[in-house]
Amino acid sequence: MSFESPLGRVRGLGSAKEGTGHFWHQRLTAIALVPLTFLFVILMFVFIGADHARAVALMGNPLVATVMLLFLLTGFYHMKLGMQVIIEDYISHEGAKIVLLLCVSFGAIALATASIFALFKLAFGG
Amino acid sequence: MTQRERPMSPHLQIYKPQLTAVLSIIHRGTGVGLAVGTVFITWWLVAAALGPVPYEQTRELYGTWFGQLVLLGFAGCLFYHLCNGVRHLLWDMGYLFDIEDVYRSGWVMLCASAVMTFAAWFIGTGL
Repeated sequence: MSFESPLGRVRGLGSAKEGTGHFWHQRLTAIALVPLTFLFVILMFVFIGADHARAVALMGNPLVATVMLLFLLTGFYHMKLGMQVIIEDYISHEGAKIVLLLCVSFGAIALATASIFALFKLAFGG
Repeated sequence: MTQRERPMSPHLQIYKPQLTAVLSIIHRGTGVGLAVGTVFITWWLVAAALGPVPYEQTRELYGTWFGQLVLLGFAGCLFYHLCNGVRHLLWDMGYLFDIEDVYRSGWVMLCASAVMTFAAWFIGTGL
């Protein structure tokens, strides 16, 4: 038994039941990704032409691994949020929408896990 | 009561594309492009984690003309989405809402993303 009034329970939540959480997380990750993207691009310049031994050595640098990890975590979350909005906006068929949203969620988590596991393996010595 | 078939608004066939709308849809398009691009980043990292042979194979693949074309497209998407994303953040903070500012910032953003893309390309290819 809740003592909240019906109005109190829904106030600020909107139709998606999450309030402004999605909007806010999209913006937070966007702000973080501005410097992270530049750092990522600079890192990619360093990796151009690197053979495997050098790539492993570079990833072993804590600064490089940290920038990569932050970029991947923030980027994949930002991607998931953005793709979700696109699907919600353009796919009106309810079943197709749910299937696509599941694909985006699972795909983002699978790619993030694979890339971050690979990053850790490289960072800890290949 | 029968409903007459009326043209829908906005009537897209005769609607002149405007910079505002075009840049907006490209922002989404580049977002999807970047989502596809994350597959190639993951591929590269996983190949490196698998060992020297898969890593070299991936490097070879990314070095072909088609691989380079995809990477150039990815870079273009990245810088466009970055520059226009900053424009969106400025709107969120309440700036650039006058129509002149919207157009001016649009052109500035387009030029900036093009310059960044080609600069990155020239640095990357060592020219």
